Amino acid sequence: MRYLPLNDADRAAMLESVGAGSIEDLFVDVPAEARLAGPVPGLPMHASEMAVERHMARLSGESLTAGEAPFFLGAGAYRHHVPASVDHLIQRGEFLTAYTPYQPEIAQGTLQVLFEFQTQVARLFGTDVANASLYDGSTACWEAITMAGRVTKRKKAVLSGGVHPHYVETARTMAKFTGDTLVTRQPELVAASDDDAVIADIDGETACVVVQYPDVLGRIPDVARIAQAAQAKGALLIVVVTEPVALGLLESPGALGADIVVGEGQSLGVGLQFGGPYLGLFGCREKYVRQMPGRLCGETLDADGKRGFVLTLSTREQHIRREKATSNICTNSGLCALAFSIHMTLLGGKGLEKMAKLSRIRAAQTAQALAKVPGVKIVNDSYFNEFAVVLPKDARTVVRALADKGVLGGVSLGRLYPGAEALSGGLLVTATECTTADDIAALVSALEEVLA
Amino acid sequence: MNEINPSGWRPAMRESGVPASAIETFTGNRALQLEEALIFEIGNLEHCGVDFDEDDFDETLLGGLPSRRSAPVDLPGLTEPEAVRHYTRLSRQNYAIDLGLFPLGSCTMKHNPRLDEKVARMPGFADVHPLQPQSTVQGALKVMNELAQWLITLTGMHGVAMTPKAGAHGELCGLLCIRAALEARGDAREVILVPESAHGTNPATAAFAGYRVENIPATADGRVDVAALTARLGPDVAGVMITNPNTCGLFERDLKTISDAVHAAGGFVYCDGANFNAIVGRVRPGDLGVDAMHINLHKTFSTPHGGGGPGSGPVVLSEALAPYGPLPFTARQADGTVHLVEEETAAEEGHGQAFGRMCAFHGQMGMYTRALAYILSHGADGLRQVSGDAVLNANYVLRSLDDVLDAPFGAAGPCMHEALFSDDGFAEGFSTLDLAKGLIDEGFHPMTVYFPLVVHGAMLVEPTETESKRSLDQFIGAMRSLAERARAGDEALKSAPHLAPRRRLDETLAARKPKLVWKT
Repeated sequence: MRYLPLNDADRAAMLESVGAGSIEDLFVDVPAEARLAGPVPGLPMHASEMAVERHMARLSGESLTAGEAPFFLGAGAYRHHVPASVDHLIQRGEFLTAYTPYQPEIAQGTLQVLFEFQTQVARLFGTDVANASLYDGSTACWEAITMAGRVTKRKKAVLSGGVHPHYVETARTMAKFTGDTLVTRQPELVAASDDDAVIADIDGETACVVVQYPDVLGRIPDVARIAQAAQAKGALLIVVVTEPVALGLLESPGALGADIVVGEGQSLGVGLQFGGPYLGLFGCREKYVRQMPGRLCGETLDADGKRGFVLTLSTREQHIRREKATSNICTNSGLCALAFSIHMTLLGGKGLEKMAKLSRIRAAQTAQALAKVPGVKIVNDSYFNEFAVVLPKDARTVVRALADKGVLGGVSLGRLYPGAEALSGGLLVTATECTTADDIAALVSALEEVLA
Repeated sequence: MNEINPSGWRPAMRESGVPASAIETFTGNRALQLEEALIFEIGNLEHCGVDFDEDDFDETLLGGLPSRRSAPVDLPGLTEPEAVRHYTRLSRQNYAIDLGLFPLGSCTMKHNPRLDEKVARMPGFADVHPLQPQSTVQGALKVMNELAQWLITLTGMHGVAMTPKAGAHGELCGLLCIRAALEARGDAREVILVPESAHGTNPATAAFAGYRVENIPATADGRVDVAALTARLGPDVAGVMITNPNTCGLFERDLKTISDAVHAAGGFVYCDGANFNAIVGRVRPGDLGVDAMHINLHKTFSTPHGGGGPGSGPVVLSEALAPYGPLPFTARQADGTVHLVEEETAAEEGHGQAFGRMCAFHGQMGMYTRALAYILSHGADGLRQVSGDAVLNANYVLRSLDDVLDAPFGAAGPCMHEALFSDDGFAEGFSTLDLAKGLIDEGFHPMTVYFPLVVHGAMLVEPTETESKRSLDQFIGAMRSLAERARAGDEALKSAPHLAPRRRLDETLAARKPKLVWKT
């Protein structure tokens, strides 16, 4: 077996040295009735590298990939161009096959990257500090809600209808068990985001208000106004960013008054990957740092006075505080954070702005083209690179029909909000710098056929 | 025992007679050991390492954006050659499995096959969107489903929740299933029992899920005190969380007895599967009465740890808990296609009891592909050999060191896949940390230290099955040398490491005045 260095002679010598007659003898503590005499029944035996690769390649071939079709999906996962050097660098064995940097003397590579990553995220979000990553945007959103509860000692969260429904569902799952109260609403297919309704729901019991920016329909809420309304009642404002490239063009949430900013970092460096692994981003005001979830990397000095980095403030964490920890998280998204950080380093602020502008321009070109398709109505006034349209039919059916024509035309709101009749005609359409004029033409022509 | 190869040759460190530490360089670099500045110190706001297609770059289409920022984000850029060099130089300051033995107990740092990296990047898995129509992502869904079937069969369980994103997330999933099952029968319970030797994530998870945690003591032989546990069972106990094999590297012999008692008291058994590598292919947790167990794909099934994730923590579930597992999940259809059961159709397909969603989308696809490639490569026979070799390697380490290091449970018989030592016998003032830091100078990553908490100055060594006998012999040689130095009170050990890119770092300073972001 190609991954097992011991041969039978090694095993015999080692068994003799430990005083056992066989490997079986080492499992003496397992009750005999629970020990299988041979391989687990009902499963195939080992396979060559060639055979495994062939099998996986055949399965891979059964998908229609984003790269081979005109592609307009978003809704929390975005297809951006990732430079080849990113994937090369994250496959350096010293990054790929390292553990969480518990021994800082021999993990300065990972630690310095995390310090740079934290700084990049904090500047992007406009927050004082950021952590070393969480699992993804949806779990980061829940972590922020629980953190707001710890800070304010209140248990009610007001979520805008513009928050991604999977994020809301994730929070709802958790709140059932923690006893937090969630005030949620569904979005309406109208041009304005639901800022007024959200503000009306804030009261003296509210721990936090959660607003997505841009929201799930692509609209851009007035974050500053909501921040003032929340803070006036002693609540924290949590801003969720599912498309961080937007911040290349839009003001950072921190600058608009957000107390906590969370996000999905997948757009930079990570790729679509059918939904995971992704990258939870988390930033906040410095005064809340000891209430933050997740790992933090900090600067320090070594015994020779040289600058170095360590994991710090670990008294918040589960391996020290156990049931009193700020979160149960342990393994997070280190390699995705590395990919994000490398991509961000290649871009710099200027490159991110260029990427954001191109994404927005491609989206505007797509919107202009779609507006001419009979029966299609653009919902948004404001958007970054994603907007909603209303179709004269159930958008789920339309999306499937487009796929049959080889066009991945968007995300139907029916998929995101099953059972919501008022949203069933809604389709989310996204463009990025990867979108071409040919893609837009293909979408328009396929949509015209499907709607005819 | 110190020989590096059969000829007995060892590299001489001081042949020139000049101590290496005495040589100063202008750059601070030491040949291949290269210092590297921060991107904020080497990049600038004008540089960019990415070129874009700028056809039809029509700035008038940027109109009408509210909240537009007035200047680009204040982040430096690097051109591609600068960036490649920056990260390559940083990478060389890391220890990694690719460089040598990484015996972190409980972490299962085994070789990461590169085939797995290759298949994870196949476009049918890597370049598909999670919300594409299901007919266009059959390749990805079939991988999820095939892996799910392997996990169910290997563990002898009834179902599996694939979406949890790491071990602790899997623990949460398991506890939420337990809670949902109890609530479905109108039986709200408040307490989760957790043995003292458990990973910190166990009590943290139970608290995160809204439970009160009570600790169960260990016996003198390093196992759960069954009498204390069964005595505590009652109508308020929702379940127990047990790690098996446990964090002392021992199999919980009485798990079936415990499971039966917990079930009789109306509770459920959560098994922390962090140490599944010790028994994979030989023992099915389902046969021991387990109701839920997470499997760290990044441990047992060799997806890379990546310097702290991403992981993946699917949870296998018993028949009693499976109906409550989270959405979404895969189901194979009669026509051979695989269907993803989401909120849209869950109720009408008879899955109305599912407790909901744990995260956006469908879990860690990039880890599923890697784990499946690994599992298919080994097969049922290879996986059995994996656990056998992992346990043999750990016992070999245990018996090669138990004359120079205290092995608290060594006398009782073989260990499982990790060997546990204590600092008993070290000279006054010498600690586990000193030995661990000494290992760094010897070219190894230290073992897990000060865990489990039930052993003083614990050192938990998990060599894994992907170490050769030669590699183990070299590690054992280093450990014997270090143990002797710690027992003899060699002062140089107290300031180790001396040869790493950094000496011991001041963690107190870091925590007292946290500097978490770079500032000019």
